[in-house]
Amino acid sequence: MVELDTVSGNVISLQSVSKQYGKETVVRNVDLNVQAGECVVLVGHNGAGKTTLMKLMLGLTRPTSGLVEVLGGNPAFNAAVAKHKTLGYLPESVAFYEAMTGREVLRFYARLKGVANHDCEKLLALVGLGDASRRRVGTYSKGMRQRLGLAQAMLGDPQLLFLDEPTTGLDPLLRHHFYELIDGLHKDGATSIISSHALNEVEARADRFIIMKSGVVVASGTLDDLYQQAALPVRLKISVMPGEAGSVAERLGSGVSIGKVNNQSLNLSCINEEKMPLIRRITELGDVVCDLQISPPRLDEVYSHFMSQGASS
Amino acid sequence: MNMLWNLAMKELRDGLRNRWIAAAIIVLGTLALVLSMLGSAPTGSIRASALDITVISLASLSVYLIPLIALMLSFDALVGEFERGTMMLLLTYPVTRWQVIMGKFLGHVSILFIAIFAGYGGAILIMILLNEGITEGWQAYGVMMASSLVLGAIFIALGYLVSVSVKERATAAGAAIGLWLVFVVLYDLMLFGALLLDQSQVIGQELFSALMLASPTDAYRILNLSLFEGVSQAAGIAGVASGAGLSNVLLVVVMLLWVIVPLASTLLLFQRREL
Repeated sequence: MVELDTVSGNVISLQSVSKQYGKETVVRNVDLNVQAGECVVLVGHNGAGKTTLMKLMLGLTRPTSGLVEVLGGNPAFNAAVAKHKTLGYLPESVAFYEAMTGREVLRFYARLKGVANHDCEKLLALVGLGDASRRRVGTYSKGMRQRLGLAQAMLGDPQLLFLDEPTTGLDPLLRHHFYELIDGLHKDGATSIISSHALNEVEARADRFIIMKSGVVVASGTLDDLYQQAALPVRLKISVMPGEAGSVAERLGSGVSIGKVNNQSLNLSCINEEKMPLIRRITELGDVVCDLQISPPRLDEVYSHFMSQGASS
Repeated sequence: MNMLWNLAMKELRDGLRNRWIAAAIIVLGTLALVLSMLGSAPTGSIRASALDITVISLASLSVYLIPLIALMLSFDALVGEFERGTMMLLLTYPVTRWQVIMGKFLGHVSILFIAIFAGYGGAILIMILLNEGITEGWQAYGVMMASSLVLGAIFIALGYLVSVSVKERATAAGAAIGLWLVFVVLYDLMLFGALLLDQSQVIGQELFSALMLASPTDAYRILNLSLFEGVSQAAGIAGVASGAGLSNVLLVVVMLLWVIVPLASTLLLFQRREL
């Protein structure tokens, strides 16, 4: 299990963390607590500060102000280095020693973590690089490098994973496979911080989302929290008996926004609080309603909403 | 210790893989062999063995070659990894920054060790096999090999200092060439130029000695040419070092300081470096 920060009970704790490069502030006043076993997804445009936030958590860079604690200590201190045995990191554009073969690269990293060579073979097979493991990394395609990156991030069954755009360059089958591997680690209690643009991929897996814009956290919480904060309308589509669409629209009355109407179906939308009363009214219409489909706002809509709001929200 | 060994072995394997070691052995070995063969002729009536003459020639040429090989090994060691992004990943593993530097240093010094001892040592073995009477003066040759390794270590450390201080590999390459030019060529020229211009003899013997020690290549040269009588006689500088107040211990200490100070500075800068 991941070692907890004894004071706060968090695996990761960021308090008012800011990072400046010259005059440019790339991370501004970020507070974040991550508990063991959580899967937290960072979303935001390129340059929003996600990678810098990860680097701060990994101790690769130091905050200009604020406190960063990972696994109970400051990750930038040498004393924290021993804890890196339980940590896995996949950078956004992973780079390896080009002259080494895939197997040599993985074995080199494995030795640093005290992982046995036969585990490397298993991991290479797992990410589909078993046959290419004797080839120089310099000859690898982007997808193959990413797979090797995944293999090294998973060395030693890490309890804390930092994955920066992990599925970039992977084909759909391997993406699926990758998330299966991550799910397996989560079942064993691993904590993960994932930065991703592929919102549909992470939507079902994340316990919590952090939406960043220009270095600021503009929204955070579970998907439900974000729906509520965004107050985006819920969409409903009802199918009715032929020719009844017009009368149904009239009977549903106020509080409902009625979109496209055709002979046999209506598209409706309402705020979340109005959803249950509306569903009750629809069911009261009786047999004239044949079917009802409810679509909550998608994560990309929530994301677009917060992105369009500006950093002040 | 295990971590240092892992990191050093990686550098050593890289050296073997990219033929660095092989190339350096060939260059140094050929040089030593040719100079040994040439050196066995002009010993004349002075008390110098063929090996002493070889030491003079080799030490004079090593001053140019060893720093060059060491800088070529080291200028890219840190900035190259920063630029490619491999350092960022490496530092997320359970290794401290000082282990990274010391591991690389051990690896690169091992490469030089193999190159110098296989190149120079191999050449002299061949000479001994070909010419039985050549063993006299082997101590001076041994000191020359050991001090060449220290000279290499100095320029590896200086190369790291350049490598950790700059943002781009091209800058590091330029700075390494500059470093080589200054310490190997220009410094001595400037020193002698200053002496020639110093009509009023402002530069006293003590200041001159101190200025000599400010260049690691001079310390190496004086050590090799003055430590053994046969060599110093043949080189025509008998008594120069002692006359200048430069004891052998002082020369060794100065050379070791030339390793420690740049290496420690590299460590300090690397600790502060953000990735």
